[in-house]
Amino acid sequence: MTNRILIPSALRRIARSGDSVDVEARTVGEALARLIDLHPDLGQHLYDEHGKLRSFVNVYVNDEDIRYLAQNDTPLSAGDVVSIVPSIAGGAPNVYAVDGLSPAEVKRYSRHLIMPEVAVEGQLKLKRAKVLLIGTGGLGAPAGLYLTAAGVGRIGLVDFDVVDTTNLQRQVTFGTRDVGRSKLEAAHERLHDLNPEVEFVLHETRLTSANALDIIRDYDIVVDGTDNFPTRYLVNDACVLLGKPYVYGSIFRFEGQVTVFGAKNGPCYRCLYPSPPPPGLVPSCAEGGVLGVLPGIVGAIQASEAIKWILRAGDSLQGRLLLFDALKMTFRELKLRRNPDCPVCGPNRTLHELIDYEAFCGIRGEEVENDVSVPEMGVKELKRRLDANDGVVVVDVREPHEYQICNIGGILIPLGELAARVHELDSARDIVVHCRTGVRSAHAVGFLQDAGFERVWNLRGGIHAWADEIDPSLPRY
Amino acid sequence: MIRLSPLHLASIRDHAERAYPHECCGALLGRVADAGAVPAVKDVEALHAAENRRDAEAAARRFLISPEDYREIEALARERGLEVLGFYHSHPDHPARPSEYDREHAFPWYSYLIVSVRGGRAGEPPVDLTSWVLTDDRNDFDPELIAPPDGGTQAR
Repeated sequence: MTNRILIPSALRRIARSGDSVDVEARTVGEALARLIDLHPDLGQHLYDEHGKLRSFVNVYVNDEDIRYLAQNDTPLSAGDVVSIVPSIAGGAPNVYAVDGLSPAEVKRYSRHLIMPEVAVEGQLKLKRAKVLLIGTGGLGAPAGLYLTAAGVGRIGLVDFDVVDTTNLQRQVTFGTRDVGRSKLEAAHERLHDLNPEVEFVLHETRLTSANALDIIRDYDIVVDGTDNFPTRYLVNDACVLLGKPYVYGSIFRFEGQVTVFGAKNGPCYRCLYPSPPPPGLVPSCAEGGVLGVLPGIVGAIQASEAIKWILRAGDSLQGRLLLFDALKMTFRELKLRRNPDCPVCGPNRTLHELIDYEAFCGIRGEEVENDVSVPEMGVKELKRRLDANDGVVVVDVREPHEYQICNIGGILIPLGELAARVHELDSARDIVVHCRTGVRSAHAVGFLQDAGFERVWNLRGGIHAWADEIDPSLPRY
Repeated sequence: MIRLSPLHLASIRDHAERAYPHECCGALLGRVADAGAVPAVKDVEALHAAENRRDAEAAARRFLISPEDYREIEALARERGLEVLGFYHSHPDHPARPSEYDREHAFPWYSYLIVSVRGGRAGEPPVDLTSWVLTDDRNDFDPELIAPPDGGTQAR
């Protein structure tokens, strides 16, 4: 016995069917089950998660609504026509009802609730949202504080670092008493105090190719508060593969950048930077410095973009790279376009899974600060030779303002001036080169070797190692 | 993309202003210009103003097109060789953004055109007259481009 089901135009498109489908069934329930067997995509639009017919989906047998017959058990006779009929409903955001917010939340978020652009609807969107914050430091501190204060329902925090005194100049989540504590633990304590309504998920781990997809999968949007190239490419690729938007921020000295990458249709980080810069070319904040308030501004803009994305309010920075210069106090914008040849988001993409990003960026990770391919000398050995006064020459390739903070009496030749001043050095003598931690000086040693110097060493661990092992009175920076 | 003539847009705004402070609603009838395109390209050829079946108290922030009215609209479209492409409704004194209620009650594929009416004056594209399509996972609306019939871009 065959019955015809009439399909409304919208569902025809989903089912890729004609305006009717013929099925064999004894009851309406059976007929609809057959229909969903044939066109599984229709299931979620007809039934809710509890398997009940959605309230705005009406089913008629001939001219009768089955609600007034025997519902799904309504028997079908030969030739009966089943129609799926939507009742079309909707309406403006409901600013009066506060379903889903407790009286305490209504009070806490009242400055949001009185704005029509947010209102109860928007606050509930925030409450339902799940945001992953990668890194709780420079950018993560302000972003975490504002996302928490705004009432994002679930915030995942990723960090594995320990609070250091040098962090306090900008990482405002942490206090002096937190020095030496796990950043994750200290951030969680502070954020929970700021807003106990928020659920925090703590990921005490470095984000890697092995865990990134599993961690990011559970969130709606990612805020990247890290500042190194391998993690950026990793976060970008993982977000593109998972179709999640990710709010990018970067800071250096007085300048910052913000945009939204990775979302559907948008450009991604690889569209902007197809390949990473050679290692060592772009100094990190630890090497180049950063104005303490800069991550406050950039991180707050990242939080603002994440919140707007959740509210679907205003114009996103997606497709626009915001450039901020704190010295000139200017904001500029560059248009970002999708790269049709992008290996991860282009139509002919070649990347289908995560790769080894530290190898991709030509480094073994941030901690490995020494380039082992150049000869090295330890601080104790240097101390012995200086005490013996055997003619060893110490060259300091840091900047003059760093030399002012502390030095061990070496000849100051900043790395950038080395090529022009190489003639000041005597290649017949033993030369030990140092910087702050050994990264820049490794480049300097490589350069000197290329220039024909044979007796040249990199001071392992730089002036920091000297302060640790030889002269604790030297300030560390 | 959904293409509407300036006359259609004016009619929708007019309907929204007349219904103020209540919500107005109606159907968008027409043809699919490019069935293969994702998202679909829809050409609106006729509007059908519907009656808001909510009672007066609820009608200030809710609309409902009853199943009976829907069946009439489908029949009307079929008679003219058109199909139902979507629906329009107004948000009195609220932005032209879909609400959670809109999302929960939305059908896939249909265009949901929203016009904001503030103090009785209906808004203009791109900010105060917008169009939206439910995402495949039902979790969200994607904005839909509103364009004039000649194919040029008018507004989002």
